Order: sequence, then structure tokens, then C-alpha cells
Amino acid sequence: MLSSDAGATDPRAAGRRGSPWTGLGTVVAKETADHLSSARMRILEALVFLTAIAAAYAAIRQIRQTIGESPFLFLRLLTMAQDPLPSFISLLGFLIPLVAIALAFDSINGEFNRRTLSRVLAQPIYRDALLLGKFLAGLLALTIGLTSLWLLVIGLGLLLLGLPPSTEEMVRMLGFLVATLAYGGVWLALALLFSVVFRAPATAALAALGTWLVFSLFWSVIAPIVASLIAGPPEGILGPRLAYLSTEQIIDRVAPNTLYAETALALLQPATRALGPVLISQLEGAVLGAPLPVTQSFVLIWPQLTGLVAATILIFAIAYVLFQRQEIRA
Amino acid sequence: MAGDTVIRAEALTKRYGANLAVDHVDFEVAAGEIVGILGPNGSGKTTTILMLLGLTEPTSGRAMVAGFDPLRDPLEVKRRVGYLPDQIGFYENMSARDNLAYTARLAGLTRREIDERFIAALDRVGLGHVGHARVTTYSQGMRQRLGLAEILMKRPSIAVLDEPTTALDPHSTLEFLDMIRALKADGTAVLLSSHHLDQVQSVCDRVALFNRGKLALSGTVTELAGRVLGGGYVIDVEAHGVNVPELLSAVPGVVRVQPLGGDRYRVDCQRDLRADIARRLATAAELTGIHFAAPSLNEVYARYFAEARDAVE
Repeated sequence: MLSSDAGATDPRAAGRRGSPWTGLGTVVAKETADHLSSARMRILEALVFLTAIAAAYAAIRQIRQTIGESPFLFLRLLTMAQDPLPSFISLLGFLIPLVAIALAFDSINGEFNRRTLSRVLAQPIYRDALLLGKFLAGLLALTIGLTSLWLLVIGLGLLLLGLPPSTEEMVRMLGFLVATLAYGGVWLALALLFSVVFRAPATAALAALGTWLVFSLFWSVIAPIVASLIAGPPEGILGPRLAYLSTEQIIDRVAPNTLYAETALALLQPATRALGPVLISQLEGAVLGAPLPVTQSFVLIWPQLTGLVAATILIFAIAYVLFQRQEIRA
Repeated sequence: MAGDTVIRAEALTKRYGANLAVDHVDFEVAAGEIVGILGPNGSGKTTTILMLLGLTEPTSGRAMVAGFDPLRDPLEVKRRVGYLPDQIGFYENMSARDNLAYTARLAGLTRREIDERFIAALDRVGLGHVGHARVTTYSQGMRQRLGLAEILMKRPSIAVLDEPTTALDPHSTLEFLDMIRALKADGTAVLLSSHHLDQVQSVCDRVALFNRGKLALSGTVTELAGRVLGGGYVIDVEAHGVNVPELLSAVPGVVRVQPLGGDRYRVDCQRDLRADIARRLATAAELTGIHFAAPSLNEVYARYFAEARDAVE
């Protein structure tokens, strides 16, 4: 009898043995190499680099005309828009989801369709390592691309402005880089989730792009409608109603785009003192237009940043559970 | 058994909702043994294989593979088992070497081991000259061979081959069957799932026949023939005369007489009746030939499922 061979414990109750991360490094290395050498990634990188550099260059031209107006020249490099180009951060907010989706929409269903999944999972590796490895590889590819872009913009600023960035500017820009990665992580996890849910990569890509369109284009329309349904009309007898504004803000912050935009605003425009409705009483004693210390800016964006990270973890966890339940027959 | 038991399944069951895919399957495979798994599509062959590999969880029952429980120690099982799926896929943009190096690294091989084993494995499957070419240039038959090379690199104690010769031409099939025999010679136990019954019969020591999720029959082809055809011995008789079929049927122990055309007859017997047949025919016919014919797995399979279908109807 097998029970006597293996002892009396029920293996279902006892759980599986061996590290769930066995093989994780191998998966990350292979997937990262795939991303960095793929034509898809090169095209997207070229697109992001060209548009972002163009936006930064246009901003620099404008800054040189108004050089004495702000002590944070490098931060203005990222936030200033000059027609017809939007600002550097607006472009990133628009393009980063596209890059993240492109990196992950065929992660798992691609393995199914290539019929490589059963071959890979027949090796001593758990599904945990495969899924996490694919996510980390996407994040690593995103980090490499964004860090290069970040350094390029700083280099461009040094070259054309002739000034080094201050320590505070560097810290704020570094915080912005981390926030951009967290924002990219949300879209990466979402695309990974759709790659688990949908067997056809085109459907997964369409679902991810559809979600991106809803949040980037339609959410600003949806949020006020839902808020008025929940909290009543936006205007009261005495003016704007606080209940409505708070509700609208909560709904608005469901969108990762909003969280990212608020983070970028607070970090790159140091004069930003609040990210929600401001009451007159809160402005008492405040020196309007004075920059907030960098630590205070980080305190201000902490909920947004943790919100982005939490959303990433939550979406990844859903993808993980669904992937664990799938039958491996391909 | 040829050696120690390396696969043992006990009441292995898998249920998908209301559908019972595998129903209390018990079987054993010994080290160095080749066991064929047969059955129509949907009979539970692949699900059983996936449970043995730890790729799907049994609803109930137990299995031990290479001394480990696939449910509790799937990594240890996978370290010792090589698997060739029915429709094998590779990363098209990568070379054969990179494809094999990736799975070898996942299997825990060092860079040095990979370099050493790669050339030997590819030479053994006849792909040594195209090892650095991209897999996208490979034919389906070459991919099957590459899959076998992956198993050879891993040096497992058990190889599970699911429909390995489906895409191969006749010559490549013969070569592939030789490679399977070579695995046995190395001491590797082989679980071979296939619809090509003649191939299974030519390489397998034993056969397990699946039907509707159950293990319907298991044993050597002769044993199966004994149970399904009513006699484990098949004798081909060549005799000229009148009423030869009736004379043959009258021999005690003869289960069935099949005319093969001309003066040739196939006789299913419960034991070796060559002497009895010769004596009986000597009185009324001219016996020109009598010899054993191996029982055909095709015949066993066809008869079993015909009877199973009749039983259902």
C-alpha cells in the first residue's frame, strides 16, 4: 500500500515541498533577454524615447527663455508643455501603460499557444516561479528602459541648460521614477492577468487596451456621474458640496492614471500642498507658492504610491489564483 | 517485474465537475520497463500522465513516482522524469541549443553539464548538424527528436512519451522506436502513450488499456490476447482438404478459427495446440504448414472496444 510507503499523512493536508521560487532566476533571465531583444520592445522604446526627448527638448527651449522664474529648472523640464507637444510626464502617463501592456499581454497565453507551457512546467519548477518570473522580467525591462530615459533627460538638461540638478531635484526625480515604475507595474500586472484569463493574445491585448482607454479617456466622465448618483448634486445652496467632492475624488482615485498624475504633480511641482479639496481654514498661515520640503511632498504622495503598489499586488494575486487553477494540457 | 517499481498508482482518480476523467486507476511500472498506454481519445491517458507528473492534482488516490509523491514532492518527481508532450512546442526565436539550455537550467543542470550533454544528446537524435539553427527552421519530426534530446539531457529515471511518433515519417518512426529501446537499455522506464498499436506492440513490455477513465486491461500482449480473444496463443495453419475449419474447431482448446484466404487459417487457442491440430488434420486433410503467430494488439484493441461498445448498447 502506498500509504504505508509514504507515511500516514495526507499529502493534500501536508502541502507541497520545495521552494516555490526554484527556477525563478532562470525564468527572469530568459524573459528579460527576450524582452530586450524583441522587435516589439525596440519599437516601443524608440517611440517612448523620441516623444519624451522631443517633449523635454521643447521644454528646455521654453525654460531658457524664462530661466529666472523657478529654482527647480530640472523639474520644469519634466512638467512644462510647449505646443504642440504635451509635457514629458503627460507623455509618460500616456505611453507607459502601452509599453507595459505590450510586454505582458501574451505572457501566459503565448506559452499555451506555442505549446511550451507543459514542457516548461514538466521541469522542477512551480507555476509560482513562472508567473512571478514573467512579471519581474517585464518590470526589469521597464526599469531598464525608464532609467535610461531618465538619465538621458538629465543629460540633455545638463547639456542644454548648463546647470547641474540640485540634490532636492534629484531626490524628487528619483521618486518620480519609482512612481512611474509602480504605475507601469499596475498595467503590467493587468496585462498579465488578461494573458491568464484569455487564451487568444489578441483578446488579452484588446481587453487591456480597453481598460486603459476607460481609465485614460472616459474615467473623468464616469467619476462625476457615479459621484452624483452616490453623494447627490455637486453644488449646494452655499456652493460646492464637500460630500460630492470627496466621493468624486475617491472614485477618481480608482484609476491608476489619477494616482500617478497626483504623485507626479506633488513630486515635480514642489508648491503643491494638497491633493484634494482644500478648505479656507487649511490655508491659514500658509505661504502660497512656497515650495514644500521634499519629505513633506513624499508624505503627501505616500497614499497614492502605496495605492499603486497595492493595486499591482492585488491584480497579480488574482492572476496567480486563476493560473494555479488552470489545467496544463498544452 | 524487471526491477524496482518506479511508478505506482493506487486508486488514482480525477474528477472535473460531474465528469469522471480518471476512475480509480491502479498500475505499476518497473525500472527499465516500457509500458504502453492505450485507449481512445478522452479515455484518461493524458490526465493520468499529468497526475503522475504533478501537473494536475488528483481528486483522490495516491501515486508514487521515482519514490516521491507527485502531490507532495512535485519538484523531486520532475527532477527524475522526462516528459515529451503530444504536441511539443519550442521558442521559435531561439536556437535548439538555447531552448534545451533553458529547460536544462530549470532542471538544475550547471552550464558545464549543459555544454557536455547537449552535443551528445543532439548527436544521438540525429540533430547534431543543426543544433545552433533556430527552431523555426525545424520540421515537426525534428521537433519531436529535439524533445527526445531534451529528455536525454536530463538523464531521467522515467521517460513519459505522449504520442511521440505522430508527426514522423516511417523511417523516422523506426529510428525513434530504436531510441526508445535505447532508453530502456540505459535503465530508463518508459511510459509510452500512442494510438499506433503496431509501434506499441513492437517496443512495449506491457500494455495498459484505458476506457472511459478506467484501466480496463493491463499485461503483456499475449496476456491481453488471452483475456480478450479467448486464447493467448495464435497458430497459423496451412492445410488443404475439405471441412478444414470444422476439423480445427473440433480440437479441444480452440477458441476461434479465422479463414485468411486460400488454404490458410488463423486459430486462437487457449494453449499450444500445434501437435493436437496436426494429429486431427492428418486424418482428413493435407497439412502443409503450422506455426505460431504473434497475437496482434490491433486485434485485441478492436475486439475489446467492439465488445465494450456492444455492452454499453
